[in-house]
Amino acid sequence: MKRRNFIQQTSAASAFVGLGGLSSLSFSEAPKHITILHTNDVHSHIEAFGPDHHRNPNMGGVAKRAVLIEKIRKENPNTLLLDAGDIFQGTPYFNFYGGELEFKLMSKLKYDASTLGNHDFDNGIDGLYAQLPHADFDFLISNYDFSNTIMDGHTKSYKVFTKNGVRIGVFGVGIELKGLVNDKLYKETKYLDPIEMATDMSNTLKNEENCDLVICLSHLGYKYDSEKVDDHKLASKTENIDLIIGGHTHTFLDEPTIVKNKADKNVMINQVGCYGLYLGRVDFYLNGSKAITGNGKSVEI
Amino acid sequence: MKKVIKQIPLIFCFLSLISCKFDSEVSQKTIEGKEIPIDSTITGDPEIEEFIAPFKEHLNKTLDSTLAYNPSVLSKGEKGMNTGIGNLMADIVMEQANPIFKSRTGNSIDFVLLNYGGIRAELNKGAITTRDAYNMMPFENQIVVTELSGEKVMELLTYLEKGKSAHPVSGINIKMDKDFKITSASVNGKSINPEQNYFVATSDYLQQGGDSMYFFSDPVNLYDIDYKLRNAIIDYFHKIDTIKAKQDDRFIKE
Repeated sequence: MKRRNFIQQTSAASAFVGLGGLSSLSFSEAPKHITILHTNDVHSHIEAFGPDHHRNPNMGGVAKRAVLIEKIRKENPNTLLLDAGDIFQGTPYFNFYGGELEFKLMSKLKYDASTLGNHDFDNGIDGLYAQLPHADFDFLISNYDFSNTIMDGHTKSYKVFTKNGVRIGVFGVGIELKGLVNDKLYKETKYLDPIEMATDMSNTLKNEENCDLVICLSHLGYKYDSEKVDDHKLASKTENIDLIIGGHTHTFLDEPTIVKNKADKNVMINQVGCYGLYLGRVDFYLNGSKAITGNGKSVEI
Repeated sequence: MKKVIKQIPLIFCFLSLISCKFDSEVSQKTIEGKEIPIDSTITGDPEIEEFIAPFKEHLNKTLDSTLAYNPSVLSKGEKGMNTGIGNLMADIVMEQANPIFKSRTGNSIDFVLLNYGGIRAELNKGAITTRDAYNMMPFENQIVVTELSGEKVMELLTYLEKGKSAHPVSGINIKMDKDFKITSASVNGKSINPEQNYFVATSDYLQQGGDSMYFFSDPVNLYDIDYKLRNAIIDYFHKIDTIKAKQDDRFIKE
C-alpha cells in the first residue's frame, strides 16, 4: 500500500471512529465534472455526406464536428477528446494523401489520444509511421508489441491526464491483425492477449497511478457470438475499468451499454457507429456533482 | 507497528463495505453517456473548411477528370455467367499485370479469376473518371499471380460449379450445362490438363482465402506484382479512349 493512501485512510478511519456514525461522515472533496468526447471508425470521412445521400444526408463532416466539440469544451473545459481507431481508409482522401489530412485535422480539433484500428495499417506499418509527424496526439495501444518494427517507441500503452485535479487513465487495446490485415503490412507487430493487457493496464492505472477514472479505448469490436474477444467480454472479465470506448464493428447504439465487471461493478461501453456521423459524449460526475446534460443513460460506477 | 499497519487497511475495507468507496480523492462517481448527431443543424467551422479546401480541390480535380468514354451502362446485374463489367475488370488485370509478370519471371499469366462480390459499382454511360475507378475498387487489393497445380485448377472449377456466380474471368473459356456442371474448360484453346501447372492472376484478398477461394491458399509459387487493382484500372482507363467491354461467351451456361 502506498504511504499517501495509508495516511488518508488512517485519518478517515479515525474520523469515522471519532464521529461515531455513518450519517455524520463528511468529505471535503469538491463535486467535479469530467466530459469525455469520442469518435471511432471515422474512416477518412473528412467531408459531410451530401444532401442526396441515401442513408446519411448532410451527416458528419470534420468542420461540423469541430464546432460541436468547441461548444462542449466551452461548457466544460475539463474535457478529453478520444478516438478508438480506424481513422484511415474509406474515402479517396486517404488514397491521395495517405492519412496526412486525417491526422492534421485531428490535431487541429485537439484530440488528446487515439488507439489504432486494423485499417490504420492499410498503407503498411511504414505508411502509418510516415504520417506520425502530422499527429499532435498520442497513440495508445497496450497489446501490440512493436519492438521489431519501425513503430517501436512511437506508441504508449497508456497515458494519465489530469483535469481539475481528477486523474484520468486512458489505455488502448487493438484487434488481432492476423487474417484481417495482410501480414506484409503489419510486419512483425506482435499481438498480445487484450484481456491480460487490459487487466494489467487497469490495475496499474487504478492502483499505481492512482487514477480516479480508467478509460479503455478498444478496437476489438462491440460483441461477437463466437469466442472472439469483444468489448462485452473485456468489460466482464476485468475490473477497474469505468468506461470502454469501442470501435471496429461500426455499432450504432441508441444508448450506452452497461455491463457488470468481474467485481460486479458497472462498466459503460459506448460506440458511435462510424464515419463521424455522431459524436459520443460521456460525462463523469464525481463527489455528488449533479448531472446537468440530461437525456443520456446514467448509472453509478 | 507492523501489525497495526496491516490491520488498519482491514478495518478500512470493512468500513468501505458499509459506507462508500475511498479512492484517493473520489468517493462517488456517476457516469452518463449518449451520442450526439452531427447533422444539418450544425454549421461547419469556416477555418477547418478553409484548411480542407486545397486538399479537396486537388482531389476533385483529379477524381473528376475524364479518362475514357463508356458507350453503354455496365452493371453486374446482367444475366448469365459473365457480365460486361466483370469482363472489363478481369481483362484489365490480364492486360496490365501480364507485362510486369512476364518481365519479372519470363512466364505469362494463363488466366485471371476475380470474385463477383468484388465488383463494387456499376459503370455509367458517358465520361469515365478516376472516381469511377475508386467506386469500382474502393479497397487496396493488390494483384498477385499464383502458380497452381492442375489439381488446384480442377478445385477452382469445382468452386465455380458450386458458386453458380458470374465470377469474372479472363483467358479461360468455360462452358456449363444447365445444372452448372462444367462441360469444358480451356486455356489458349487447350483443355485444362490436371498434370500441368497454371499461372493464375487474382487479388491478394482472394489468394488469402477471401470468398472461400481456398484453392489459392497454398500455391506452388506466389508472385507479388506490387500493383493495386485500382491503379491497374486507372492506368487502363488512361490508356484507352472507349471502353469496349461487354458480355461475351468466355463463361457460359446452357
